[in-house]
Amino acid sequence: MGEMASMTRLLQTTALSKRFRGLEAVQPVDLRLDQGEIRAIIGPNGAGKTTLVCMISGRVSPTSGQVHFKDRDITRLRAWDRVALGIVYTFQVTSIFRKLTVYENVALAVQRKLMRRALDRLTLREAILSDRVEAALAEVGLGQVGNHLAGLLPYGHQKLLEVAMALALKPEVLILDEPTQGLAPEEIINFCDLIRKISREVTILLIEHNMPVVLELATGITVMDKGAIIAVGTPDEIEANARVQEAYLGL
Amino acid sequence: MRRDHRRSIVGVHLALILLLLGAQFVVPPFHRTMVTRIMILTTYAMGYNLLLGYTGLMSLGHAMFFASGMYTTGLTVFYLGFGAPAALVAGLLASVLMSTLTGLITLRTTGASFLVITMMFSQAFHLATLYFNKFTMGDQGFILSGRLRPLRLGTAELAFSDPVLKYNLALVLFAIFLMMSVWLIGSPIGRILVGVRENEERTRLLGYNTFNYKLLSLIISGSLSGVAGSVYALTFSYVGSSFASIIYSIYPLLWTLLGGAGTTIGPFVGTAVMAFVVDIASGLTSSYLFAVGAMLIILILWFPSGVIGGIRSRWVRWLP
Repeated sequence: MGEMASMTRLLQTTALSKRFRGLEAVQPVDLRLDQGEIRAIIGPNGAGKTTLVCMISGRVSPTSGQVHFKDRDITRLRAWDRVALGIVYTFQVTSIFRKLTVYENVALAVQRKLMRRALDRLTLREAILSDRVEAALAEVGLGQVGNHLAGLLPYGHQKLLEVAMALALKPEVLILDEPTQGLAPEEIINFCDLIRKISREVTILLIEHNMPVVLELATGITVMDKGAIIAVGTPDEIEANARVQEAYLGL
Repeated sequence: MRRDHRRSIVGVHLALILLLLGAQFVVPPFHRTMVTRIMILTTYAMGYNLLLGYTGLMSLGHAMFFASGMYTTGLTVFYLGFGAPAALVAGLLASVLMSTLTGLITLRTTGASFLVITMMFSQAFHLATLYFNKFTMGDQGFILSGRLRPLRLGTAELAFSDPVLKYNLALVLFAIFLMMSVWLIGSPIGRILVGVRENEERTRLLGYNTFNYKLLSLIISGSLSGVAGSVYALTFSYVGSSFASIIYSIYPLLWTLLGGAGTTIGPFVGTAVMAFVVDIASGLTSSYLFAVGAMLIILILWFPSGVIGGIRSRWVRWLP
């Protein structure tokens, strides 16, 4: 009980739904995200997970319902303004600037946080910028490849680059959409360590299919099926839940 | 990583400007006029390149911006007796206004739709210059000589018929906008525009309102084109509707692709190469367009990213 009271609500969706031409991708959904947690959203393909987080990040506008961030209604706020507030999304299919260097990829994210006044758009101290870029790259272990073209990096490194770009935006909520998909087993281990490290300062919303990863990382799990939330609980509770096993684990 | 090359970058561009400054003492009068024209049209192509090369938007309507600068300058001199500086400012304001208004509408589209809709706007503008032929003299156009007051610099009076003034006016225009675009492209804005070109969705999700940046790019692009049109009217003393026609929207596209889209020197190289090829070929044969065509085929086969683009990807990676 005491632990519950200490949790602060960071993000809340209220009856948030999305309809695509008659297809109800997400039924009215209430999702609560507390500060400091790693909330995993699991569910079969087509359950509406990505659509839900896209409504939270502002990439997709909802058919109905609201999104609140720190008790402020952000439902009508555009994606780029939500980024400025600290809601950062990393793409399911890596989306980087393939023809630019790794450095330039991260620099674009870093300068967003450095541009406070109008004049900063025209001139920024290159030294400050490059320090922050190097720091973000070092944090994910890409310190050595700044001069490489991003598109030529191995896939696992591209995923790390995505995370570096996200971290450079100084997120409060980091939305990771299937971050371990396509990674080799040892890369997944490293990735989990990285996420755990990040989660000390950043609240994480994680869509993930790999159950061992979910059970290891998540502090709370939300299960979706056919556009609705069918269960919410701790990893232990979810593992034991019969409906989840039926819908998702296929047992 | 970028800083290492800053000196070389500034050096290369200053060298080009100094080369052109010196060239006027060497080249014969006919070619001096030609270089004057190249420098002005390069400014036009640089404006175009900002949008195509650095923002990834291909327009077929830039003649509208070039011509709105040209007509505003020309008409204010012709009817209102404006001096050159005031007429230039008027031309600049007109092209800013024009690019802002058209940008707000056309930038709702991208890709082929953007190409078509900018072309439609430009065609409408071209037709307007013909429709209002009472003022514009339509196809036939009008001449500014005799109406344009000489430029006063202190006690000196400089006549616009003087080729030395023409050359150096064009050079000043070229130099200012070349250095400005080098600086702009190296600035945070330049980085954002390249982000839009490479992956707009990602740029948006990095917290940038990409529409505003595309609009900004179009306004700067249109204004550069407009000022080029204004200076063209002043130096060549003629304003006519052919400058608003589709061919003048295609030219900057060609020059930019030839020299290298997304390179700062490319527009100059493209404009100069095209002008000299046409000049030499038309001296040899009446079917000089054949030479132009052959050159474009060679370009596509061996230098698909333009002359400077090819040089950059092969040898000089740091060229902006």
